[in-house]
Amino acid sequence: MNSLDPLRQLASDPNHLGLSLCRSMDRRGVLQAGLFGTLGMTGTALLGKETEKPAPPSTGKPGTSVAPRANAKARSVIQIFLWGGMSHSDTWDPKPDAGYDYNGPVKKFLSTNVPGIQLGEWFPNLAKQADKYSLIRSMTHGNNGHETAAYLVQTAHAPGDRLAYPSVGAIFALMKAKEYKGSLPPYVVLTKPQGRFSEEGFLGAKLKPFATGGDPNASRFEVEGIVSRYVNDARQEARRDLVANLDALRKAAGDDPVIRASEAARTEAYEMILGKGREVFDLSKEKPELRERYGRHTFGQDCLAARRMVEAGIPYIVINYPGGWDTHSNHFQTMGRQAPELDQGLAALLADLHDRGMLDTTLVWCCGEFGRGPKIDWQPPWNGGRNHHGKVFSVLVAGGGFKGGQVVGASDAKAEEVAERPVYPIDLLGSIYQLAGIEGKAPLPHPMGLEAHILPQDAKPGESAGLLTEIM
Amino acid sequence: MKWERISSKRQNVRWFISFPRETELHRTSLPGIIPSLGILLAAALQCSLPETLLAEDPAASPPPLAASTPPSAKPSPAPAKQKPKPNGTGIGKQKQAVKETAAIATTRPTPASLFESPTPLKTQSTIDRLVMERLRPLGVRPTLCSDAVFVRRAYLDATGVLPTAAEAKAFINDPDTDTKRKRLIDRLLASDDFAIYWGMKWGDLLRIKAEFPVNLWPNAAQLYHRWVVSSLQENKPYDQFVREMLTASGSNFRVGPVNFYRAMSDRSPEGIASIVALTFLGMRTESWPAERLAGMSGFFAQVGYKPTSEWKEEYVFWDPAGTHTIAGSLAPGRAKIEEIGTAATDTAEAKPFPSSAVFPDGTKVALSPDRDPREVFADWLLTAENPWFARSLSNRVWSWLLGRGIVHEADDLRPDNPPSNPELLAYLEREFVVSKYNLHHLFRLILNSETYQFSSLAKSSKPEVAAQFGSYPLRRLEAEVLIDAINGITGTSELYTSPIPEPFTYIPQGQPSIAIGDGSITSPFLALFGRSARATGTEDERPNQVVSAQWLHLLNSSHIQEKLEKGPALKAILQPKRPPREKITDLYLTILSRYPTPEEAARAREYCGVGSDGKPGKGARTEHWGDLAWALLNSNEFLFRH
Repeated sequence: MNSLDPLRQLASDPNHLGLSLCRSMDRRGVLQAGLFGTLGMTGTALLGKETEKPAPPSTGKPGTSVAPRANAKARSVIQIFLWGGMSHSDTWDPKPDAGYDYNGPVKKFLSTNVPGIQLGEWFPNLAKQADKYSLIRSMTHGNNGHETAAYLVQTAHAPGDRLAYPSVGAIFALMKAKEYKGSLPPYVVLTKPQGRFSEEGFLGAKLKPFATGGDPNASRFEVEGIVSRYVNDARQEARRDLVANLDALRKAAGDDPVIRASEAARTEAYEMILGKGREVFDLSKEKPELRERYGRHTFGQDCLAARRMVEAGIPYIVINYPGGWDTHSNHFQTMGRQAPELDQGLAALLADLHDRGMLDTTLVWCCGEFGRGPKIDWQPPWNGGRNHHGKVFSVLVAGGGFKGGQVVGASDAKAEEVAERPVYPIDLLGSIYQLAGIEGKAPLPHPMGLEAHILPQDAKPGESAGLLTEIM
Repeated sequence: MKWERISSKRQNVRWFISFPRETELHRTSLPGIIPSLGILLAAALQCSLPETLLAEDPAASPPPLAASTPPSAKPSPAPAKQKPKPNGTGIGKQKQAVKETAAIATTRPTPASLFESPTPLKTQSTIDRLVMERLRPLGVRPTLCSDAVFVRRAYLDATGVLPTAAEAKAFINDPDTDTKRKRLIDRLLASDDFAIYWGMKWGDLLRIKAEFPVNLWPNAAQLYHRWVVSSLQENKPYDQFVREMLTASGSNFRVGPVNFYRAMSDRSPEGIASIVALTFLGMRTESWPAERLAGMSGFFAQVGYKPTSEWKEEYVFWDPAGTHTIAGSLAPGRAKIEEIGTAATDTAEAKPFPSSAVFPDGTKVALSPDRDPREVFADWLLTAENPWFARSLSNRVWSWLLGRGIVHEADDLRPDNPPSNPELLAYLEREFVVSKYNLHHLFRLILNSETYQFSSLAKSSKPEVAAQFGSYPLRRLEAEVLIDAINGITGTSELYTSPIPEPFTYIPQGQPSIAIGDGSITSPFLALFGRSARATGTEDERPNQVVSAQWLHLLNSSHIQEKLEKGPALKAILQPKRPPREKITDLYLTILSRYPTPEEAARAREYCGVGSDGKPGKGARTEHWGDLAWALLNSNEFLFRH
């Protein structure tokens, strides 16, 4: 990956990025680490009903005061993006007593293996392993537009700036460039991209996510550009020779920096097409039983492919949920079809990561750009749908240093507003960055030479309520 | 042939421009213009190609000079200057057009001579004189580009469309070398493709986009784009074009240019002033002292916005009483009732507006209550004496065609960023003003200059030579131009959609992507190769790098491979029964807009298993022909403007 070298240099220059991975933790950090260290995973289970009570709000200011931990826990991140906005009140923040106008036909609510935590009826598999993840039930930003909310959730910056900030995946690709040596891109999307605000922002096209295309549930996962349905390796080689022979402009202007950069990018591409890295996408190397456990549907196999990418060291993987969750109408039908697949795939992923000892170093976070209105819209044309709801929604986090079996914050009795401990995008992303050893206040290379940082540096009350130290 | 194409395209455009959005959306398909053209083209080529034009085929016309001309070690026009010697096959007795082609084919081309013309520079026009005055001291002696390079370059730069094989062939073989470039330029400027392509550029600069961050809403974005394209089509004087935007009032769904005031995320007076300065003065207010922006913002403090009861309709109007700043004072549209209809917000009072404002040149004016201050500003801006208006646009057009502004970046005029050639900029500015802001005149002046027609093979790697336009810079084709070219070559089309807002927007198949008005409407290919985000409206907002993921897509994606295997236009060229030499020539003309050299033709024949007798050999397979098309499509020669 020759053309990533400048990025690596950038990332490895502490003067430039203000990166200091070896700073000692402050006093409170040490205390918390000790406390959570003793309790550990079984400790949280022992807490029993206590876990239902949100932990006290943290005072750590994301992106400003907390130094990254020397022992960064999260090496890779899997972001499961429930784009369109999945209902929180039907899934991870159920309100059994809210009544028909809120719950509609849903009457069943599941208890989990952590006493006190309940889930909606479609999540039997996740209910069996609530000890492996925590739920944030007070995520909020108040924005009800798809693109603006998706931007907020994935950058923590307010939309409307002159510049589009890079998403968390692009930040990982930039900051992990010196550690990651694989031939595959550092920031991969399964399988379709979701537009520019899940992407590179002002960091430029090199940090755009690589979208696999194809379907991992097909007999062969045809990763667009890497695994070809049509062309075998011998023909690939022959074609490569042919174009090298026939490219008259390259012959005449091969020294031009523009052509040199183009050819360097082509060489990188061929490393992916003909190199070993592509074996990651060969899901037939997995046992059939395991593939069944993940679910023989696109989302389930997305999760399996994501695990294989983590094994290959790819720092940031996004699964854009196939089809999305924008259920204005046909809400309950769609939930009944999609939610069990989400349950199966995500539960299998967490269990598989845990069984392989990878959950401690792999951070999984799962949410949409917002939740959905807990009050059902019975009016035409929705006829029993749910609308956008950015005031409060839920996030599932697991692994990579996040504790399991906890609930952070709470919504009110009808899941309409934050009742306790709001969590803002900056708090969530700041926590993810910290667990990965990335400092939120690190500056970014700004195209117009202005000051820019990974996270906003001037968050006011109402924009930040502190890092998720209660589950870190 | 070419006129047929342009006229059929024109009908397509008219259709596109004159139908309301709803009709576009529900129309499922256009008449299959591209496929049928491909077949027509192939048929025409098959029956009308004179044998002697196919001189690269040894059986038709062996190139005797091939072995005797040494390949040039460095890029140099010298070998191309050699007059072709009579070659004993009677070509000298053929007609003029044939002679031209034979000259191309029988001189062994070095890599450079494919791209460069042996014609010496004349340095007659004012542009060229001013440019050469700067280049001479740098010791640079530019050369002109070849006809084949020119036809491709001119089509791409003026219209964003590749010439068809027939168009490229007709131009290369046109014997009237004195006027043919000029005639082509005139024809391209008059075509609808010119308006469509530059409508795309203005769409970037004016941020025409239904959704985030400017949120024009789909039908307003379509209307605004249609207004821009039809303005370019009629070659509306640039000052009038700008005045219509600056002084517009009315509904976003009925008056296209009012959307100028809506296509900005910051609608405060300072935000509007900042956008006006960027767009029409070519200046970034970030580099201004704060009081200058504050002074200019006075002209835009009375711009009002109000909703109507139509979903997402919005009026932009002159609001001297400041009514729109009082919540609840307007009859609110249904959309606004929830937001502003509560009693708590009704107590707000209108803010007083400034009674004076300051032009960016420091002149203060009192604002009268009976005249829209936007008109006062437009009167100041749109005069020959204005120091920035004509300069900014002249510099922009130069940068669009030459890849770099005389002031660079082209929208960053400020005292400490001087022009690299002030006389040149002053000349263009003067010409533009004297021509009454005639955009065609400016384009024509630049496109006809030798400077524009310099070879793209750089004679020096010094940055100061690039800043003085010593060669035509290599630039990757924009995402839209690239996919349109691939679709045109293969006879295929794309699906363009906008996932938000619902109901989803779909563009009828067969419409070229450069004609998409709304930046929210996209495809995975366009996202991968990058379009302007249409957020800031700066020139550098369009990403144009080449990254490995793009090569992955071009080299090996099923998307491109299926176009190559199934595209009807390509299939027509590669019909198994056609003689190999015709197939090779047509592929080169279609994809690279030029004839193959003898070496290239030989290499192609070898790859495709064609025997020395010109007949398919034993190992010949259809897929090899597809690979040949693939290889040309994956060359830097195809990917870059050159």
